[in-house]
Amino acid sequence: METPSTIHGAMFDTSELVINMGPQHPSTHGVLRVILRLDGEKVVDAEVVIGYLHRGIEKLSENRNWTQIILLTDRMDYVAAATSNVGYCETVEKLMQIDVPRRAKYIRTVLMELQRIASHCLWVGTHAMDIGAMTVFLYAFRERELILDLFEEFCGARLTYNSMRIGGLPQDIPPGWDKKVLAFCDIMDAKVDEYETLLTHNRIWLERTKGIGVIGGAEAAGLGLCGPALRGSGVARDVRKDEPYAAYDEMDFDVPVGVAGDTYDRYLVRMEEFRQSLRIIRQATEGIPEGPIVGKVPRLIKPAAGETYHAIESPKGELGYFIVSDGKSTNPYRFRVRPPSFCNLQALPRLVRGHLVADVVALIGSIDIVLGEVDR
Amino acid sequence: MAEAPEHAPKVAAPTGPVEPAPPADAAVPVFITSLQNAVPGGVAQLSLYLGDWTVIVPASHLLAAAQHLRDAADCAFDYLSDLTATDWPPRAEGRFDVIYMLYSTRHRHRVRMKVKIGENQPLASVTGIWPAANWLEREVFDMFGVNFTGHPDLRRILMPEDWQGYPQRKDYPLEGPGELLMENPIDWLKLRQARDEADIE
Repeated sequence: METPSTIHGAMFDTSELVINMGPQHPSTHGVLRVILRLDGEKVVDAEVVIGYLHRGIEKLSENRNWTQIILLTDRMDYVAAATSNVGYCETVEKLMQIDVPRRAKYIRTVLMELQRIASHCLWVGTHAMDIGAMTVFLYAFRERELILDLFEEFCGARLTYNSMRIGGLPQDIPPGWDKKVLAFCDIMDAKVDEYETLLTHNRIWLERTKGIGVIGGAEAAGLGLCGPALRGSGVARDVRKDEPYAAYDEMDFDVPVGVAGDTYDRYLVRMEEFRQSLRIIRQATEGIPEGPIVGKVPRLIKPAAGETYHAIESPKGELGYFIVSDGKSTNPYRFRVRPPSFCNLQALPRLVRGHLVADVVALIGSIDIVLGEVDR
Repeated sequence: MAEAPEHAPKVAAPTGPVEPAPPADAAVPVFITSLQNAVPGGVAQLSLYLGDWTVIVPASHLLAAAQHLRDAADCAFDYLSDLTATDWPPRAEGRFDVIYMLYSTRHRHRVRMKVKIGENQPLASVTGIWPAANWLEREVFDMFGVNFTGHPDLRRILMPEDWQGYPQRKDYPLEGPGELLMENPIDWLKLRQARDEADIE
């Protein structure tokens, strides 16, 4: 750590103060350490220190067979495990050129969108609590519980699902599950409005989020921001629309974009995504076709030598897998994850510069990170 | 142990990725022809596999090619999706592939750019072209030991600062350095000393 220097030119000479935030701090959403250099209460610069949760998932995956990796992907973004599962399975399917039946694609779409709502519930709850609105946290976790119940009924697990297989699904949906999903959509519609009544026009919320962490579209794209954080800056980049996967090409939905690129717009984008996700879930659930749930998958999964990159839109942004197969062994030669949280977190020093210490907390919440995915 | 270790690989290690050349009738996308025209010698090899185009760029032409891919109107690759590396130890022409996944938010097309370099060969950093490369290059440095010249802050990112070795290399054991260094006590002592010193600080 450098020695604090003195800043001249201000009304009083103030010395720079270096403070440490985390790795154990409730508002960092995991084990994230941020070293802040402060001038009074203003942030001059920030340094992000990560790696506290590094488990070497990429290295580990290169020593596991193709099926065993699915459950490792659960442990990356552990609040949206189903999305990581689908991303991995689709990449292997692309590598092996397996056709997935339409029924499986539709059910995957339903699961991924439910997962997006669950992840956004967790985000809105914790983000609002960081800023001081306790009630939203309790409300959002109430609805997240309903989604976890649906997942429990589908695959038996509530957090790490291991709910996908290469080529399709491990089991069909239980009878009556689709009715329950539709009933949940009806409940959730009203609840999203309820969150908005608490926040969207709340004076304190506006004061704390408007004009905080403003970033323009071109700069955000250059910095590698993705997902709602990029769309908040007005870039209509959504993998679901641009490079459709699963059954998204058959769904009718809009991609909300912000204008100002501040914390408030990123909030508005995610609130609108709740509604768009509900729209997709309704279409997909009502349209689940009859048919098999697993495609033609060889007994031994061993893709031909080659490499591919496949990206999907996780709740946090572009989740990509780059997989290299050597065609000889039953494990991948190289397994690489493009973690959206990692790329979003990189922009944090840029976003917090010039703002107050209290805004750092708002900005960490605003870019929506999960440390399990940052560190892998 | 004098005899061969139990975990010796049963098959010979592969000497490189499979990079199938595009079929003769495949239409080469405009961003590749534009790159070939603007940067002579910038494309050493072309590959098409499962619909993904890959251009293999010589290390000396990396910055010129990257600059063109970002700035030319018909390329406009303004978004660096991912930057990673693969390790092919037995390969004669250099063991590492550094791979850039590029995406254009304007034209919505993708391309992979690949650079082949040797073990101790530095590579120019693309942080000046895509700021997103900052942490991604740090990760490649951390995991593979590839040196990026011109990087503003090249330090380890996921592993502890005093870590020895590069975990994602193929010759690095899955269980970590422990057993390896036990056979070489001097290195092992040095490692422990470094760790103790870090603790005291």
